[in-house]
Amino acid sequence: MSKLCSLTEAIQQYVHDGDTIYAAGFTHLIPFAAGHEIIRQGRRDLVLARATPDLIYEQMVAAGCARKVIFSYMGNPGVGSLRIMRAEMEAGRLEWEEYSHFGMISRLQAGAAGLPFIPMQPTATRDLENANPLYRRVTDPYTGQDVIVLPPLRPDVAIIHVQRADVNGNAHIWGILGEQKEAAFAAEHVIVTAEEIVSEDIIRSDPNRTMIPDLIVDAVCHVPYCSHPSYTQGYYDRDNEFYLQWDKITASREETQRWLEEWVYGVKDRAEYVEKLGPETLARLQVPERLSAPVNYGAY
Amino acid sequence: MSYSSAELMIVNAARLLRDRDVVFVGVGQPNLACNLARRTHAPNLVMIYEAGVIGARPARLPLSIGDPTLVSGAASVCSMYDIFTLYLQRGNVDVGFLGGAQIDRFGNINATVIGDYSQPKVRLPGSGGAMEIAAWANRCYIMTPHQKRRFPEKVDFCTSAGFLSGRAERQAAGVRGGGPQAVVTNLGIMEPDETGELVLTHIHPGVQVEQVQENTGWPLKVAEDLCVTQPPTDEELRILREELDPRGVYLR
Repeated sequence: MSKLCSLTEAIQQYVHDGDTIYAAGFTHLIPFAAGHEIIRQGRRDLVLARATPDLIYEQMVAAGCARKVIFSYMGNPGVGSLRIMRAEMEAGRLEWEEYSHFGMISRLQAGAAGLPFIPMQPTATRDLENANPLYRRVTDPYTGQDVIVLPPLRPDVAIIHVQRADVNGNAHIWGILGEQKEAAFAAEHVIVTAEEIVSEDIIRSDPNRTMIPDLIVDAVCHVPYCSHPSYTQGYYDRDNEFYLQWDKITASREETQRWLEEWVYGVKDRAEYVEKLGPETLARLQVPERLSAPVNYGAY
Repeated sequence: MSYSSAELMIVNAARLLRDRDVVFVGVGQPNLACNLARRTHAPNLVMIYEAGVIGARPARLPLSIGDPTLVSGAASVCSMYDIFTLYLQRGNVDVGFLGGAQIDRFGNINATVIGDYSQPKVRLPGSGGAMEIAAWANRCYIMTPHQKRRFPEKVDFCTSAGFLSGRAERQAAGVRGGGPQAVVTNLGIMEPDETGELVLTHIHPGVQVEQVQENTGWPLKVAEDLCVTQPPTDEELRILREELDPRGVYLR
């Protein structure tokens, strides 16, 4: 069954005020277009979960969409801090729940695997455990030693950007895999955005690359350049210049709002955003080909 | 050849790596140190990144920890859950590199918050992978500029465990990694003694012990056999400047 729809429709149908959202992707494949659509649709009181909130959640926080963030590293990767989120937290206007990366993704893994909780080895320091009451210690029934446990994270909606998907939602991902698969399986609803919509035959030509199966997907949206200024491996490069520029934009609230007006509220959808980016930026982000060797699955 | 503080730290950190080490690499200076080591004395160094990349051969300097250059030509790519479990928790990582806003007398690191946790004076990025790397990598090295505010007697928040209040406490916690082995700064190198307290064991050429003490927030012990590090060689500096960071992003 085709689940193809516009990103506007997918957000309308699956993202509601107060929901817990997991817009997945560790540096790679961050679905910025979906974040912008959520901002345009004026969603409020969202709980935004991501290992690295990155610019996508900072923009959503700046637009007033969020009540709370759940994270494990809150920085502008390679640049510095996320100025607005940091200021909101320091001022006590934004709730937060904090983990290490391992704690965060373990919660997703537990959610994805249908587990009641998930064990981890202790790390000697207890400060984060003390700061976040969801970290607990239990006794390993086999050795009598302490183990750390966390409960599953089950987002209402996961948004997963991929290189290519068929209209049913079977999705191929390569490059950095981050927590894409775990977030998708943990969530109640899954929106897949894809650089390319391909035939089912292409998906079935390389089943080992299908990280997300159609049976857990609710909506499939064709959104080229969805992850700019993040990147999609083999399609376009990370726009490091924009990540540096964001640090300057967010030095002022007025400038940040002006940016949102121009680049989020001022465009209808990602296609308009890409047009606005212009050929020069797109040319700068182009990446030369480097193909893998084909594999032989065998015609059995 | 003259050199910057950053170059001095990177070269000295690179020299701590051994050939065939499996190293969990952070972006910025640790990344340069690892790539320098691989191009000099440790050609078989295996670089793994928390994004889930094993055996990376970055062709350009990555700005972020998840840059696509880490993937192209790597030996393997896996999920983050796999990198933290199969590689780090299982004990397949030899070396972790860490930094932080504060490092204390026993090598504990704060990367989370200055002031009170729930009402932060300065909210820092938080753990990322650092909490588990510090616990489970066999050896940890810390790189940071030597300033008094960065070296308080005790950290405001312990993001990553060094020796806590001393080796005995870390041992009692039962974590598998050996803890911090050295803190490399722009003034010298500190290493933990038998109690886990950081002791000044090396100073860089031209640095005075008093200068190190002035920039440290506790009465710093000095090793009896204090050594002076070898200055960066022309070849080390050439690789850093010409091959690894030609724009000088992390070297100045």
